[in-house]
Amino acid sequence: MLRIEELDLFYGDAQALDCVGLEVPEGAIVAIVGANGAGKTSLIRAVGGMLRPARGRILWRGRDIAGLPSHTVCNLGIGQVAEGRQVFPSLSVRENLLMGSMLPRARAGRAAMLERVLALFPRLAERAAQAAGTLSGGEQQMLAIGRCLMGQPELVMFDEPSLGLAPAMVQTVLAAVADLNREGLTCVLVEQNVAVSLRLASRAYVLENGRVTLSGTGVELLADDRVRQAYLGL
Amino acid sequence: MIATLLKATPPRARVLLALLLCVLLVAPAFADRYVVSVLVLVFWFAYVGQAWNVMMGFAGLLSLGHALYVGLGAYVSAALFVRLGIGPWAGLPVAILASVAVGAAVGWLGFRFRIEGVYFALLTIAFAEVARIGFDHLAWTGGAAGLFLPVSTGGGGAWWNLRGGPVFFYYLALALACIAFVLCAALRHSPLGYRWLAVREDPEAARALGVNVFRARMAAVLVSAALASVGGVFYAFYYNNLFPSQTFDVARSIEIILAPIVGGLGTLFGPILGAFILTPLGELLIALTEKAGLNAPGTKAVFYGLCLIVIITLAPNGVWPALKKRLGIPQEEA
Repeated sequence: MLRIEELDLFYGDAQALDCVGLEVPEGAIVAIVGANGAGKTSLIRAVGGMLRPARGRILWRGRDIAGLPSHTVCNLGIGQVAEGRQVFPSLSVRENLLMGSMLPRARAGRAAMLERVLALFPRLAERAAQAAGTLSGGEQQMLAIGRCLMGQPELVMFDEPSLGLAPAMVQTVLAAVADLNREGLTCVLVEQNVAVSLRLASRAYVLENGRVTLSGTGVELLADDRVRQAYLGL
Repeated sequence: MIATLLKATPPRARVLLALLLCVLLVAPAFADRYVVSVLVLVFWFAYVGQAWNVMMGFAGLLSLGHALYVGLGAYVSAALFVRLGIGPWAGLPVAILASVAVGAAVGWLGFRFRIEGVYFALLTIAFAEVARIGFDHLAWTGGAAGLFLPVSTGGGGAWWNLRGGPVFFYYLALALACIAFVLCAALRHSPLGYRWLAVREDPEAARALGVNVFRARMAAVLVSAALASVGGVFYAFYYNNLFPSQTFDVARSIEIILAPIVGGLGTLFGPILGAFILTPLGELLIALTEKAGLNAPGTKAVFYGLCLIVIITLAPNGVWPALKKRLGIPQEEA
């Protein structure tokens, strides 16, 4: 579904991605693991059209989308839930959700989708008229995910969805990702919670200094000594 | 569109709005000339305040040079009338076009090169200053000596040349303020309005959701410039004289943005409420100082400064949001 080939990305002179290649099959959860600054967020932003790669191809259903602007990429069905949630604080929960359905592809099914999202996250339904800035961290993360779903994406890239959340909330959010995947959503998951994300993922990649250094199924990586040492502390 | 807007307005607010409008419609029959002239100013500031609010309040773009668009509208329509005998109704589209073109240049420069926040505001000031100095030296529009409209043309006080008495301009200004209100309400609840809010709240998040940030910001500048331009045409034909040092002055730009700031940024009713609070008080103050025989040219500026300090300490979001909270009107509306 999504295939990245030999992707290079620079911030000025600093290279953030170096010949990165990976594959996301339809219906999968693909985990990307790596230390801070390894290039995980850069990769997501490059795929989302927020950053322009210097070289390489990003193939979406066979079509090269590298360098296309984000509003075009989003409308192709590639959504992202950015790190740090980024809800619109002074707008209501409902308005935040509606913002997600501004894409041409999502306009028609807006009402039905809103109902689905509110059913998925009942907490959001309870707080629909409340300003998003007054929600708890976990609720804001649900809102960010719900808002992304309002765009009716086929693939969603989650950037650290459990960052800074209470342990119980981490479970809820990651369970929601797993549920969405079971309903057919393809997911790219960047998680600092490496053990959980590898258990969820059918395929995983390890990024180090902008390079893919290891890849395999989630179970394989969980058993790999290097991963266990570097990311699981075992 | 308007029907759905009406439905979204709570009944209490609808009654209040209708009542206010009725009072204003019959006011000229009872009020004296002075009150009418103050109300014209109130409506005018409510109008241009709403125009500015589209950029700052909706899209989060701080313009400190809105006198530029107002002034261009004024100068283009007045010059066409005085020099070429083209009436204001025919001149209006030209005036709008001029302001929109300059707005497009400011917007393109700002957004193409990612000039954000305060730096964008500086850019808007720079453009207004260039216009002020430029018009100072433009002989065709009278230069620094000013451009004057004939008070009575051959046809007399004909409405199609915007030649009329105070009551005529009163209703014209009232109509402008009302049209801007309906237009802003419609825009605020349109897909474009939602995009503006998203960009205002968090441009990066908006981009991640597939909002074309450049286009949304550009649209805000163009709509705002076009509205401001119409306010300028009114200004030119109401006052009949234009001086670059007043029309394009930074002080004028500041005066334009006070009403929406005091009333409530980004709200629909805020700029109108702000104009109703500030303008009469400012005019009253001038009248009182004149009566007392004091000649203090800076009085109004000091007064506006004090108003801002009071607002920022007591109701930093503006009077209207604070009032809404008091009256129990849900925050999402208007």
